[in-house]
Amino acid sequence: MISRDQVLHVARLARLRLADDEIERMSRELSTVLDHIEKISELDLDGVPPTSHVIEVENVMRTDEPRPSLPPERVLESAPDATPTGFRVPSPGQ
Amino acid sequence: MTAGKWEPVIGLEIHVQLSTRTKMFCACALSFGEPPNTRTCPVCLGHPGTLPTLNAQAVHYGLMIATALECEIAPRSIFHRKNYFYPDLPKGYQISQYDIPLASTGSLQVPDGPPVRIHRAHLEEDAAKLIHHGESGRIHGAGASVVDFNRGGTPLVEIVTEPDLRSAQDARAFAQLLRTTLKQIGVSDVNMEEGSLRVDGNVSVRPAGTDELRTKTELKNMNSFRFLERGMEAEIARQIRIWESGESVVQETIHFDPVSGSLTPLRSKEEVHDYRYFPEPDLVPLVPTEAMLERARAALPELPSARLERYRSDYGLPEDVAGTLVGWSELGSFFEESVTAGNGNAGAIAQWTTGELVAFLREHDIEDPRESKLSPVGLAELVGMVESRTLSRSAAKEVLAELTTKGGEPSAIVEARGLAPIADTSELDGIVERAIEANPQLVERIRGGKPEAAKAIVGAVMKETKGRADGAEVTRLIQEKLGI
Amino acid sequence: MSAAAVKLSAAAAIERIAGGDLGADELFSTYRERIERHDGDFGAFLWTADGTTVGSGAAADGPLRGVPLAVKDLFCTEGVPTTAGSRILEGHTPLYTATAVRRLAAAGAPMIGKTNMDEFAMGSSNENSGYGIVRNPWDRERVPGGSSGGSAAAVAAGLAPWAIGTDTGGSIRQPAALCGIVGLKPTYGAISRYGMVAFASSLDQCGPLTRTVADAALLLEHLVGHDPCDSTSLGLPEAVRTPARTDLDGLRFGVPAELGSGAEGVEEGVGRTFDKTLELIESLGGEVVEVSLPHARHGIAAYYVIAPAEASANLARYDGVRFGHRAGNGNGTLLDLYEKTRAEGFGEEVKRRIMLGTFALSAGFYEAYYGRAQRVRTKIADDFRASFESCDLIVTPTSPTVAFKLGERTDNPLAMYLSDYCTVPMSLAGIPAISIPAGLARPADGTGPEQGLPVGFQIAGPAFSENLILDAAHALEQAIGFDVTGALA
Ligand SMILES: [Mg+2]
Ligand SMILES: [Zn+2]
Repeated sequence: MISRDQVLHVARLARLRLADDEIERMSRELSTVLDHIEKISELDLDGVPPTSHVIEVENVMRTDEPRPSLPPERVLESAPDATPTGFRVPSPGQ
Repeated sequence: MTAGKWEPVIGLEIHVQLSTRTKMFCACALSFGEPPNTRTCPVCLGHPGTLPTLNAQAVHYGLMIATALECEIAPRSIFHRKNYFYPDLPKGYQISQYDIPLASTGSLQVPDGPPVRIHRAHLEEDAAKLIHHGESGRIHGAGASVVDFNRGGTPLVEIVTEPDLRSAQDARAFAQLLRTTLKQIGVSDVNMEEGSLRVDGNVSVRPAGTDELRTKTELKNMNSFRFLERGMEAEIARQIRIWESGESVVQETIHFDPVSGSLTPLRSKEEVHDYRYFPEPDLVPLVPTEAMLERARAALPELPSARLERYRSDYGLPEDVAGTLVGWSELGSFFEESVTAGNGNAGAIAQWTTGELVAFLREHDIEDPRESKLSPVGLAELVGMVESRTLSRSAAKEVLAELTTKGGEPSAIVEARGLAPIADTSELDGIVERAIEANPQLVERIRGGKPEAAKAIVGAVMKETKGRADGAEVTRLIQEKLGI
Repeated sequence: MSAAAVKLSAAAAIERIAGGDLGADELFSTYRERIERHDGDFGAFLWTADGTTVGSGAAADGPLRGVPLAVKDLFCTEGVPTTAGSRILEGHTPLYTATAVRRLAAAGAPMIGKTNMDEFAMGSSNENSGYGIVRNPWDRERVPGGSSGGSAAAVAAGLAPWAIGTDTGGSIRQPAALCGIVGLKPTYGAISRYGMVAFASSLDQCGPLTRTVADAALLLEHLVGHDPCDSTSLGLPEAVRTPARTDLDGLRFGVPAELGSGAEGVEEGVGRTFDKTLELIESLGGEVVEVSLPHARHGIAAYYVIAPAEASANLARYDGVRFGHRAGNGNGTLLDLYEKTRAEGFGEEVKRRIMLGTFALSAGFYEAYYGRAQRVRTKIADDFRASFESCDLIVTPTSPTVAFKLGERTDNPLAMYLSDYCTVPMSLAGIPAISIPAGLARPADGTGPEQGLPVGFQIAGPAFSENLILDAAHALEQAIGFDVTGALA
């Protein structure tokens, strides 16, 4: 079971603003899914290593050769709010 | 305040920008003050679908740093994602290393300073730059900022020390040695003002003689060694005051303002950080091979500590002179080249390098002697002339001034300026004669048992000869003529 | 001519074009017109190429010359809108093209359109798209499966001869099964992920959706390979062969009790079709053996920790700063900008998974959720390795049910998640698996068209066994004789 407070805490971490009815529903739905997931707590997993990559490959590296960057006009074109030279955001900490 | 009753406990966290050609995870060239957002691509802008690719040279530099700091290198390390939202972080996570860093348990020691253990050194990517525009009328809304992604993705090595430093002075000396070491091995520009070397400090104090670890604060924004020392001193004093007034230090991040010398706690965020680290699935493990390790070892030049030892034993340089040459690696290399060019004369060359040359470099704010017009060969030649008494000391200073500003051959300058010592004894003889005649009172005093008055006559001769006379020879002549 | 051309497999069309019996432009315009005429009924496409001639993007004389390709809208295409099915990317036009798309264009396959999908590939019904549902060509009141629902429906309805999609936990195989076509998820790392909008990076893999196994092999051949832009891309150790086998002599097919016809949730009709296919395997000379995947039943649990956790980080970049949707006029605080942009731009399911993944990684829960899920993942991979000691390939139903009705599972996320329980274990193990149509069956409640709905048969093999899987799938396909043109519009 995941509480309303936990939902709000996680939503803040994930930068999602939830409406009141969403908080309620999220708490209910996540709880159902988490109940199912918690079945894995029954398994004996002592000494089992975690898998984060399924492929066995290592040391894939790129040589330090520069390639042309994109012109700023092009990258700023995608921005919802751009100045002539940069990406505009509300100042942090306000 | 009773500082003696308290012992500071200091650890440092140092971020080093590596001087690779490209960024950590994309092929954009590193930025050196280019116009905003001209060094970006879909990868370093975090566009959908892009993937990071690891810069081999950054790994090589990381291994060099780890080796120089005598670290244990992880046989297999991985990258993690460190998750948080900030406009300078395009992907919403920083690719860094977490539970298995590239290197751990190393050490670095300032001669005669405390041994400092290196806790870890890991690879990560730098954030972009946020330019605060303030409340400009042109920008809608109060307080807008603009993001420039040029710096975003610059390769970094983060070095974390154990809390082994016990004073602000020690912290400064350690940071300086670390900077010299990084500079000498050639992995970074290590420019604190430009941010290619960033030093943060973890500071706490405890009653002297105890082992306890009290609450520490994190001190940021010390963009010079002087500020590092001053900031730490201020913070240590602040913490002592707090404990002595019966209150407790709270864990927080503190910003040091070098102008006012004040410490301000950074506004604590509305939430505790929860970075939710997890292994970066887009990158594969890093498993340094013997060949990679050997290449890192082979790439290391002589480290400052070894150089200091060599200067002391091979050249017999005094402590302070050797220290200056080692701490200023460009100066040290210049000195060594000069010694090679001059077939020895190390002691004299060292004196000239750390004396006259340093004064000139400081005056002109030059870091690398090679940026002046002076060449190591030129310096060797000049010092050689002084040593063989074919040039007087004061004339040599004049020549050095011209060599550093205009360049050229010392002998040619001596010739052109007519600075060669007066080789003709009869000429010098005459000048000394005239000087004695012109100063009867001085002669009186010398004869009256005050031999030091001869110095004034020597001075008059030097003035007359524009320094071309050999001081010792002039003194000898005076004594001869006065029959003393 | 046109109608006949649409019934051709891609391989056959290539042959006709090469032989001069069919014009590449003619084929392209035929499909283009069919999309125009019929896609209103299905909603399979989010963008279609202009005009009726083969565009300039594709090589004129490559081995795939002139056969149009439908591309899941998860692949970035330079200058062509790419939304990943999300409103947060509405109007976004990438600055570059995904490696997979570039490779196919270089081989001569022109992109005819971008297909609808569950938002950020999160879903099993295509009902999570920000741009409307997709209807199943076999029964328009039913889902096509997901998340590559648009690609599957387009191929089944004859709006494209073939397509590419992506599979994270079943997103190629399950819609292929529900739409009666072939869908292959290759070994993790076989195909570059560069330019595929990331959902769960350690699981995402590109693959073909086609009408025949041979077509799947042909697309695969041109998709695989190491890409310097994707450190996890390996390619395949041997060249992809055109499958030609018609027998199954000497091959052992493992049926895991945990995922077979008797497993919980498998519809009777699906179970029957599956068992009939096992008989067919034996009649072709194959041997059917029992194997066990004891941890497979925990696959969904592990998957719904790992995939959302990775997604929670992958989707953090949608913050309204550099691209995509931004909420408001910029007057609020930075926190407002982030929270409102993401609240407006993401759909419900995406929010749910971001919440789930953020929770699973958060302080105090990491070990119990993410840490354990990764260990379960190890156990599942070990189970497969152990099973492949006693069999060459593992077979299961692709989906426990045939296509379900639109709206049937939208209010029950867990029920929706369980639709993938036969496909998720292979994804967690990173091994290749194909779904081929094995027949038609009625759903448990007896509704739907009288002839029934397609049932998918899944064949999985060890890592890099694509050639073996394709061979076996081809032999079975020939023996089954399923009419893949049965739902042409
Ligand atoms: Mg760091
Ligand atoms: Zn870049």
